[in-house]
Amino acid sequence: MVNLTIEGRKIEVEEGTSVLEAARAAGIHIPTLCHHESLPPYGACRFCVVEVTRRGRTRMYASCTLPAAEGMEVFTATEKVLKTRRILAELMLARCPHSEPVIKLAAELGVHKSRFPRPLTSQSCLIGEHGECILCGMCVRICNDVMKVGALSFEGRGGYRTITTPFREPSEICRVCGACESICPTGSIQQAKITAPEPKMIPFEFEQGLTNRKPIYLQFPQAVPRVPVIDPNTCMHFKTTGCKICEDNCEAGAIDHSKSDEIKEFKVGSIVLATGFDVFDAREIPRYGYGRLTNVLTAIEFERLCHASGPTSGKIFTSEGKIPESLGVVHCVGSRDKNHQEYCSRVCCMYSLKFAHLVKEKTGAEVTNFYIDMRSFGKGYEEFYKRLMREDVNFIRGKVAEVTNVPQRPEEEGKLVVVCEDTLLGLVRRVPVDMVILSVGLKPGADTEKLNQTFSLSRSVDGFFAEKHPKLAPVDTPSDGIFLAGACQGPKDIPDSVAQGAAAAAGALGLLDKGSIVLEPIKAYINEDLCGGCQICVANCPYTAVEYDKEKGVSVVYEELCKGCGTCVAGCPTGAAQQENFEDIQIFSEVEGVLS
Amino acid sequence: MPDDRFEPKIVGFLCQWCSYTGADLAGTSRLQYPSTLRTVKLMCSGRVDPTFVVKALAGGADGVLIAGCHPGDCHYSEGNYRAMRRYPLLMQMLDQFGIERDRVRLEWISASEGEKFAQVVREMTERLKELGPLNWQGRSAQYCGAI
Repeated sequence: MVNLTIEGRKIEVEEGTSVLEAARAAGIHIPTLCHHESLPPYGACRFCVVEVTRRGRTRMYASCTLPAAEGMEVFTATEKVLKTRRILAELMLARCPHSEPVIKLAAELGVHKSRFPRPLTSQSCLIGEHGECILCGMCVRICNDVMKVGALSFEGRGGYRTITTPFREPSEICRVCGACESICPTGSIQQAKITAPEPKMIPFEFEQGLTNRKPIYLQFPQAVPRVPVIDPNTCMHFKTTGCKICEDNCEAGAIDHSKSDEIKEFKVGSIVLATGFDVFDAREIPRYGYGRLTNVLTAIEFERLCHASGPTSGKIFTSEGKIPESLGVVHCVGSRDKNHQEYCSRVCCMYSLKFAHLVKEKTGAEVTNFYIDMRSFGKGYEEFYKRLMREDVNFIRGKVAEVTNVPQRPEEEGKLVVVCEDTLLGLVRRVPVDMVILSVGLKPGADTEKLNQTFSLSRSVDGFFAEKHPKLAPVDTPSDGIFLAGACQGPKDIPDSVAQGAAAAAGALGLLDKGSIVLEPIKAYINEDLCGGCQICVANCPYTAVEYDKEKGVSVVYEELCKGCGTCVAGCPTGAAQQENFEDIQIFSEVEGVLS
Repeated sequence: MPDDRFEPKIVGFLCQWCSYTGADLAGTSRLQYPSTLRTVKLMCSGRVDPTFVVKALAGGADGVLIAGCHPGDCHYSEGNYRAMRRYPLLMQMLDQFGIERDRVRLEWISASEGEKFAQVVREMTERLKELGPLNWQGRSAQYCGAI
């Protein structure tokens, strides 16, 4: 520990701390221009000069690069210091008269104009032509020392000093991390000019790619736990071993880049599967134009667009940035369709009506819903549908054939045209709109196959997990102790998912609460006298319920584990293994019986 | 030559979880199929001992159906894989007996495949009509007499 005095106050700091850091820790103000807490100090701007008395001698030092030493006396606001800073401010104002950080710092020191003329300078075109670069070197330091890439550096001396890449050419080694652009206090650096590789944004998955995200991000506003995650595929630390700015600055010390995914094992008595669903990929129906025509959005993209926490704070814009005057909602995209999903996805009619209402309310646009049947089955749903009709939302009953941007009449110019059959009027209609929402259906999640095998479940024809009984046991599965809840069992909306969740939880808790289990009455057993110890039964059992007893030289069935499938019995060559209530002799009798 | 007066007897070993429930669904769906199949319900297709099949054929059945859950969907995880393994060996045994392979079928019928169950019974019945009665007693007498 080092003891020093700053402005008459005794301060104790760790060895290696700079005088600037010591002053700031004590709440004493020293102005800086080229200093940043995440970067190594550079001492370029000299604004942080202070007078230091040591061993009887007083000199001026840049406090950012001066290590605190025992017995130092530091004065941060003497007349000499202030005069020096003011001259510096005037010089900087002369070089960069429009630079905001400079103007701000100069004003703080009471300097509003400079007596010096603007010097001749030469700026690299890579950093912008306005000449606002103050040569603080933060971009160079962050690129070289923190990000460990080294695409930027200083070039030239005196008035010709500037920041640039080797040979002033777009850099091949630039990682397009954007650090230089984000740390530059004057906005002189533009990422797109520095780099040769095409800057690729990271699409934000939760916002359906409508906006981009950083490598460290909060997955969605309601995430539990509400902590950010780091994407190792795009995080700079994993590419160059540099950066770690987030870890260094986290006051709670909550970030640790050296950690990796852990696989933990838990022994549990019951499991509730609530693994959700995926959304139908609208690209499978190319004639609706998704991915090809602009302003055709899926329901889930539109949900983010009109959501208050979304990328536009809930304002509805076309991709050209104007408010739509007309909008079409296409129901049953991918659902009720022999070519895709035959089932009805249950939630789409209601969310389509919701969108229609929101669009009407927010933009006053002409809204048309193209539907096959209106499925408004729940509490208040039908009343909501009627309300929309009173709000002058148009409803056309008919499947949409295509969405096109090829106009056939003058009013279709520059618009999307929804071509559909109006079954109530008996006509084919072309409805021009500014925007189309495709009400995509629900489909089983991508991990359904894997979960199916892991938990030995079955799936219904539609691909969702099969419940034990569609009416009498909708949350149970044939495997005891494994329950289903929510959309993984079939498309459903929020009230139904919540109800199912409660039911599954009750089922799971009921098992745990009982304290005892009921054994299968049809379990297998092995007659020791007949058993020859061949262990075919051991290999046959899917539940590892049969084990070989070395001492006795015979195999034994664990009745708590035995599920009563009888596979071991069928494989037994001596007939030692039998299944209660399904013994060989019983089955022979049955066969005789059915053939008599 | 298909014999229209001949009604084959098929013994079906159905697993409780998939194929028996599938057969039940065929019934509740009122699907029409020949009444040639007599069911023996087991917990799993893996319970089917090849001796059951031979017992059935020797006892007067003209054909045997073994039906279980689809591979990967067995209620007991792997029971149907065991059935799948035993089946080719059983076929070799039938060859040795001089019994036509078409008489014993292994099918995967899930609980929702009522129509498939009905179709399998229709097809088997058709084929057995073409093959004619098994006539186990007659064949054994013939082979034993040949020795």
